[in-house]
Amino acid sequence: MINKTLNKALFTGVSLLALATLAGCGEAEKKDSKEQDALVEINKDPFPSTYKPLPTQTTLITNVTLLDGIGGQLEDASILLENGKIKAVGNDISAPEGVKVVDGEGKWVTPGIVDAHSHLGVYATPDAHAHSDGNEMTKPVTAAVWAEHSIWPQDPGFRRALAGGVTSLQILPGSANLVGGRSVTVKNLPNRTMQDMKFPDAPYGLKMACGENPKRVYGKKGGPMTRMGNVAGYRQAWIEAQAYKEQWDKYYDEYDAGKNPKAPKRDLAKDTLAGVLDGDILVHMHCYRADEMVVMIDVMKEFDYQITSFQHGVEAYKIADKLAENNICSAMWADWWGFKMEAYDGIRENIPMVEQANACAIVHSDSDQGIQRLNQEAAKALSDGRRAGIDISKAKAWTWLSANPAKSLGIFDKTGSLEVGKNADVVLWSADPFSTYAQAELVYIDGGLAFDRTNPESWAISDFELGQAGEGDHK
Amino acid sequence: MNKTLIASIIAAGLSVSAGAAAEKIAIVGGKVHTMTSTGTLEKATILIEDDKIVKVGKDVTVSGEYRVIDATDKVVTPGLIGAFTSLGLVEVPSYGSGVDANASKAAISAAIDASYAITPDTSLRDITRIEGFTSVASAVSRTATIFKGQGAIVTLGNDDTPVTKARAFMVVDVSESGASASGGSRAALWVELRDALKQAQYAQNIRFTPQTEWHGLPVADVKALVPVVKGDMPLLVVAHRATDIRQVIALKEEFSSLNITLVGAAEGWRVADEIGKADFSVILNPESNLPYSFEQNASTLANAGRLNEAGVNVAIGMNTHNIRLATQNAGNAVANGLPHQAGLASLTSSVAKIYGLEDSHGSLKAGMTADVVVWSGDPLEVMHAPTNVIINGEEVKLESRQTKLRDRYLSLESDKPVQYTRP
Repeated sequence: MINKTLNKALFTGVSLLALATLAGCGEAEKKDSKEQDALVEINKDPFPSTYKPLPTQTTLITNVTLLDGIGGQLEDASILLENGKIKAVGNDISAPEGVKVVDGEGKWVTPGIVDAHSHLGVYATPDAHAHSDGNEMTKPVTAAVWAEHSIWPQDPGFRRALAGGVTSLQILPGSANLVGGRSVTVKNLPNRTMQDMKFPDAPYGLKMACGENPKRVYGKKGGPMTRMGNVAGYRQAWIEAQAYKEQWDKYYDEYDAGKNPKAPKRDLAKDTLAGVLDGDILVHMHCYRADEMVVMIDVMKEFDYQITSFQHGVEAYKIADKLAENNICSAMWADWWGFKMEAYDGIRENIPMVEQANACAIVHSDSDQGIQRLNQEAAKALSDGRRAGIDISKAKAWTWLSANPAKSLGIFDKTGSLEVGKNADVVLWSADPFSTYAQAELVYIDGGLAFDRTNPESWAISDFELGQAGEGDHK
Repeated sequence: MNKTLIASIIAAGLSVSAGAAAEKIAIVGGKVHTMTSTGTLEKATILIEDDKIVKVGKDVTVSGEYRVIDATDKVVTPGLIGAFTSLGLVEVPSYGSGVDANASKAAISAAIDASYAITPDTSLRDITRIEGFTSVASAVSRTATIFKGQGAIVTLGNDDTPVTKARAFMVVDVSESGASASGGSRAALWVELRDALKQAQYAQNIRFTPQTEWHGLPVADVKALVPVVKGDMPLLVVAHRATDIRQVIALKEEFSSLNITLVGAAEGWRVADEIGKADFSVILNPESNLPYSFEQNASTLANAGRLNEAGVNVAIGMNTHNIRLATQNAGNAVANGLPHQAGLASLTSSVAKIYGLEDSHGSLKAGMTADVVVWSGDPLEVMHAPTNVIINGEEVKLESRQTKLRDRYLSLESDKPVQYTRP
């Protein structure tokens, strides 16, 4: 089907030109083109990435303890970054001529951190009402909105997160709505526009939300006002999305068969929901309570889509086995709890207990503060797990910050581990990053040095901070 | 503590903070941060009798009547003090229940008195103390005026009546949020605040009766401010902007008895020397490094270190449900320039100094209340945690609602519904 081919092509980088050839292949003789109107195609990428990496210099970092982000730890290791990619990782890498050598004696190297849950740019600081662009709280299903259209690249929070070793992040709409809208994955390298940040070829996500927030926001605005109302809302939306998808599938099938069907009327919201049903857009669902997550697993089965991750998953530990069975990641805090009823059963061992069940565990921030110290959040979860008798290595724990979030965002083929050929998203830490005192010293994005703690003159400063008290200070 | 004992203590006019335990405890072999001029002692011993520390030192003989806690290769500190919380006043703040921390519809302001509302039956007590916090300062966090009312000092031990010092401090907010409670502008706020303090000065010699002719603030409020203007009650002033902090310093010049501690002070480092000269303490969140509003444009991770460098007494810990993370906050202050001992002090002796508790809490020496914590290692390291927590001389179980939930679900294999599993 053209529809599916198109989607696949877009997300695997096949050019549209090649696709057009593919779509026409073998069918030209069957059809009389004069009898067919032009095929109506939906542009799945109307706001294409204009990301441009920083200039790179071939760099060899030596003598480090290296966590590869997929569970391995190497001592006295070196890593070679060349042309924006990881060229070599190991114990015996000879330095090519002219290479810049960074002696990492006593220091640690990890993959750049991938934060699966951020609102930077959509809830930018200063957090004036004028910057409150994360929740389209006008109706419970707002699948038509895209978080990228709210992102302000001058949010000073991006630069703070960079100093914490974050190289990629997913920016989501808020959780007020049953269906909040599309999320976007960006490189943590703000420039003039959000397109400049967009992670090339990353799939879109869809933010959905369980529980208290939608019913609190809409309880007196026409509903839903209960959890059962929430679930009715999701199901109704999927029923409508299925019908919409069938219309388009039928249109493409008939067109393929040489007929001249009329294209269905486009609906921006249903484009996104149908994208989920097609498997192109990944569902990230804000959900705290265990029982609600399992209801959503049944809704997922009813409408034949996949929930990629539960966000927050404060009670994931109660159903970690079911999350593993259904291949759903949990993106969690280390220790947030109690700020509302659905967070009341938060425990410090949530992340290690999810790991123990062989389910996909992710440490996320959902915070402009937490995103600056995600390594410490993993450290807390690791040590709490160990005290509860769950034996997890530091190398394994780093998968919560790199490989697992990268997988959940559909970018693990490009980043999230220190494997040869991957993007050189790399952090050199001043010490063991499971220590409070460790700091990200050098942060590379696609091999470009995006942050150098040792050189204050080189630090990025957002437009907002220029000319203000504290400009260029140690932040 | 049994009721007879409470009654007799009250009758004797003593503090009701004493624990019931009569056990004698010796903590032996640990690295002891005394938080006194004695400094840190390696392989030292602490002796505890009833609710008091009776000895701290290197060559201490431990007789057989003591139960020994082996602290070899461990670290020992005074019990940590939560510097600025609403603990005991709030269970679930958002859309929840059990919330006394919000008094925004109250008819009174400065007179609001947290001590009446604090309960020991909050899940936060155990959740917080097993992380090494043995007492907290607690106050209402939301009111309709610039005053947040009178806060209390609260023990996290097994006391039925946990308030160890009621009406221990007054909180006033002169930041942007304070200004919005004062009609929207600092231009109104400072006049309002000065007027309230002036009225309190007038009122200190009045013995109010229903017949007293008084046309000022509500009588309860003005009476609550009397100990503040006399300097008997610490005044905590929430302020961020350098300009606002200078105004606080000017206020102190006008009302010289005020015993002021700044809270927040995101731009404190810009006026660090003046704060030092004014002898203010500061309670802050050292991780706050974003311009949340224009009054915090110059916030930085270096704030705590720079203030300490200027000789300012710095305390760390502004949270309620996660005041337990103040150790991590302090660790990050240390990572960004605060000396390690000042980081430990920011959770112990510096807090005690602010609330006038330095003779009973916040350090380890003979005569102090026996609030003592043994740690697996450096308390400011995120991978370390308490192994023993002693409050008022009584070792508490490292157990909370959260550890019970954990233990119930550690194994998901069970023939019966989970509710039959009682950890």
